[in-house]
Amino acid sequence: MEQFIQLLHYQFFMNAVYASILTSISCGIIGTYIVSKRIVFISGGITHASFGGIGMGYFFGFSPILGATIFSILSALGIEFMSKKTDVREDSAIAILWSFGMAVGVIFIFLTPGYSANLMSYLFGNILTVSGLNLLLLFILSVVIIIVFLVLYKTILFVSFDEQYARAIRLPVETINYLLITLIALTIVLNIRVAGIILVISLLTIPQTIANIFSKNFKTIIFLSIAIGFVGSMMGLILSYFLNIPSGASIIFFFVLLFIIAKIIKIIQTSIIYKTAVNR
Amino acid sequence: MTPIIELKSVTAGYEGEIILKNTNLIINENDFIGVIGPNGGGKTTLVRVIIGLLKPFSGELIYHQKTYGNGDGKLIGYLPQINKTDNKFPISVVNVVLSGLADRNNIFRRFKKAEIEKARQILEKMGIGHLSKKNIGELSGGQLQRVFLARAIISEPKLLILDEPNTFVDNKFESDLYKTLKDLNDKMAILMVSHDIGTITYYVKTIACVNRELHYHPSNNISQEQLAAYNCPIQIIAHGVIPHTILKDHNH
Repeated sequence: MEQFIQLLHYQFFMNAVYASILTSISCGIIGTYIVSKRIVFISGGITHASFGGIGMGYFFGFSPILGATIFSILSALGIEFMSKKTDVREDSAIAILWSFGMAVGVIFIFLTPGYSANLMSYLFGNILTVSGLNLLLLFILSVVIIIVFLVLYKTILFVSFDEQYARAIRLPVETINYLLITLIALTIVLNIRVAGIILVISLLTIPQTIANIFSKNFKTIIFLSIAIGFVGSMMGLILSYFLNIPSGASIIFFFVLLFIIAKIIKIIQTSIIYKTAVNR
Repeated sequence: MTPIIELKSVTAGYEGEIILKNTNLIINENDFIGVIGPNGGGKTTLVRVIIGLLKPFSGELIYHQKTYGNGDGKLIGYLPQINKTDNKFPISVVNVVLSGLADRNNIFRRFKKAEIEKARQILEKMGIGHLSKKNIGELSGGQLQRVFLARAIISEPKLLILDEPNTFVDNKFESDLYKTLKDLNDKMAILMVSHDIGTITYYVKTIACVNRELHYHPSNNISQEQLAAYNCPIQIIAHGVIPHTILKDHNH
């Protein structure tokens, strides 16, 4: 415990704590949207496509995260466009962009002379090295997401529940979809530092799945996901520090642990309700 | 008779293929039109044109009463074909009904207490008031269809469009539905698509046969010969043992 309190005096550790909070907020809200709308696969595609930008960043010498941002937003809009406006099926469009992004990334990383420093942290995350700039961007993104969901809550809910009906009553379905897919892309990119390309999808799905065990209300799922996300990523962050392992992996380890605990609690809860109902 | 919507020689379809040809139709206040026709004949295309989801290749679509989008009192209420929504989506029944009041001119809107109360009352009238706080996943198919009907009428539209409302639901819902529609018809025009011509002819006032072209039949009494003349190959009489619904007396 003493050791832990001492940790709080370090700037890098406090940055990681702030990152956990911002990660939980951005992923909690956006993840609830993703899980409810069943577009986890799209999010996976966007995540992996962003690797192309990281590779180009290494090769041409600009910020890999900037490259990832461009790639993820373009692939997000590309998936939305290809599946709605052309006759390419949505899941095929995702697979194409998913693998294309990875391919571009691999090509440029191999072309880059010398050792690609930090590559592992892009793949598996390193919450302990989150930069001040990354934190600032995560903060801005979280504020934007909160505002968007506050003012557009019902419209987002209606459009994602029943797109066909939303179109029939002339809600701006297209605008809402493009806005949210862009927010998804930004959330993914800015959280790559925390969990890594390969594992970031879990931040957007596991807390929501746990929350969904206890609630079927969109708003409640958001708040629960943020709380669960924070607990999981804090524990993961501590484990990552003490064992010197990638934070993405340790966070997911705790998420799955929380998931199992939640399932057990639910089973006990249901059996108690059942028993009292029988005994009555 | 006050017209609500008028289609003037409308031709429509998808990707260059014409599904509906040269269609004329006037929907007046208090009309109750049954739309029948074979599958792929253009029934749903007609609905999509009227709602404005599909732009016709040619022809004119006139909305005589422009109330659309002014908050309360929309021009069209719409009950889509069932089973397109995800019943695991985390949304409550009352929120689904309220989405019928969503307004494209104010996407930032919040709902007033009175509107939420109105949604409850409509659900109450349909006999599912106790379910208003439930998640849609906890409902049966018939209950869900009632919720969607509530969503379609909460804005008190001038015209209610139903696309095969009797597919995949229980008989109880079906007979309730026709009773509800009869009441609603005092306040709004109704256009109902159905493949079940035998049942709907008891309830509708007029019939539109749609098979590439639209033939309007200004009565609810239609014979096999007339159907043939309208190029609308639908059997009124079925042979052999078929599941059927026994209807109450009616005075048409």
